[in-house]
Amino acid sequence: MLRLTRQVHARLVGHCLDGLPLEACGLLGGDPAAEKATLCYPTDNVAASARLYTVDPKQHLLADRDAEARGLELIGVFHSHTHTEAFPSQTDVDQAPDPSWHYVVVSLRDLAPVTRSFRIVDGKVSEEPVVVEPR
Amino acid sequence: MPVEVRLPTVLRQHAGGQPSVQANGGTVGEVLEDMVRQFPGMRGQVVTEDGTLHKFVNVYLNDDDVRYLDKLETKMADDSVITILPAVAGGAGRT
Repeated sequence: MLRLTRQVHARLVGHCLDGLPLEACGLLGGDPAAEKATLCYPTDNVAASARLYTVDPKQHLLADRDAEARGLELIGVFHSHTHTEAFPSQTDVDQAPDPSWHYVVVSLRDLAPVTRSFRIVDGKVSEEPVVVEPR
Repeated sequence: MPVEVRLPTVLRQHAGGQPSVQANGGTVGEVLEDMVRQFPGMRGQVVTEDGTLHKFVNVYLNDDDVRYLDKLETKMADDSVITILPAVAGGAGRT
């Protein structure tokens, strides 16, 4: 399960919408044991593409430090699919960097954004429930 | 004098779960080589067999990505800290 605060959820979906027509991306911080993201770090997509994303490496470093300074960790990444469903592509699976992370995909194919989360371990994708909490 | 090398979660399993390790070297490449000598499970995970940085990791010397410095030849100072993070990328791809 991935739990998101309402603010984190709104921020990540908003960042994905702001990034149109390109894919947008960012990182999630929180307590890995609680499986809860309480921090959202919108980042630049240095790939600047509607089909690919690359989290800005410098912003990744700053997010990692910020989460650590708060006694938390980076626990996942989010990105948008602008024209396809909210499911990890083969590109996402091939490049998934950390089996302990949550991989959130926001589909902007339809009018209402769809947010789903996955675990990717040894190339195997499994969906997990996403729960949005008040805080 | 050893410097601190901060590890991403995926590499910590090769260092007994430690979030950072100490290693010696005059350049970034030498420090990483000394780290792999101490923790052989990391071989091939940061530096490829042909001696270049693995494309799926980013290595920083303090605040700077070493790809934009002198890569593995970047010189160390005594108070330098190396941070290794995974390169985070993906996308819908060709669909």
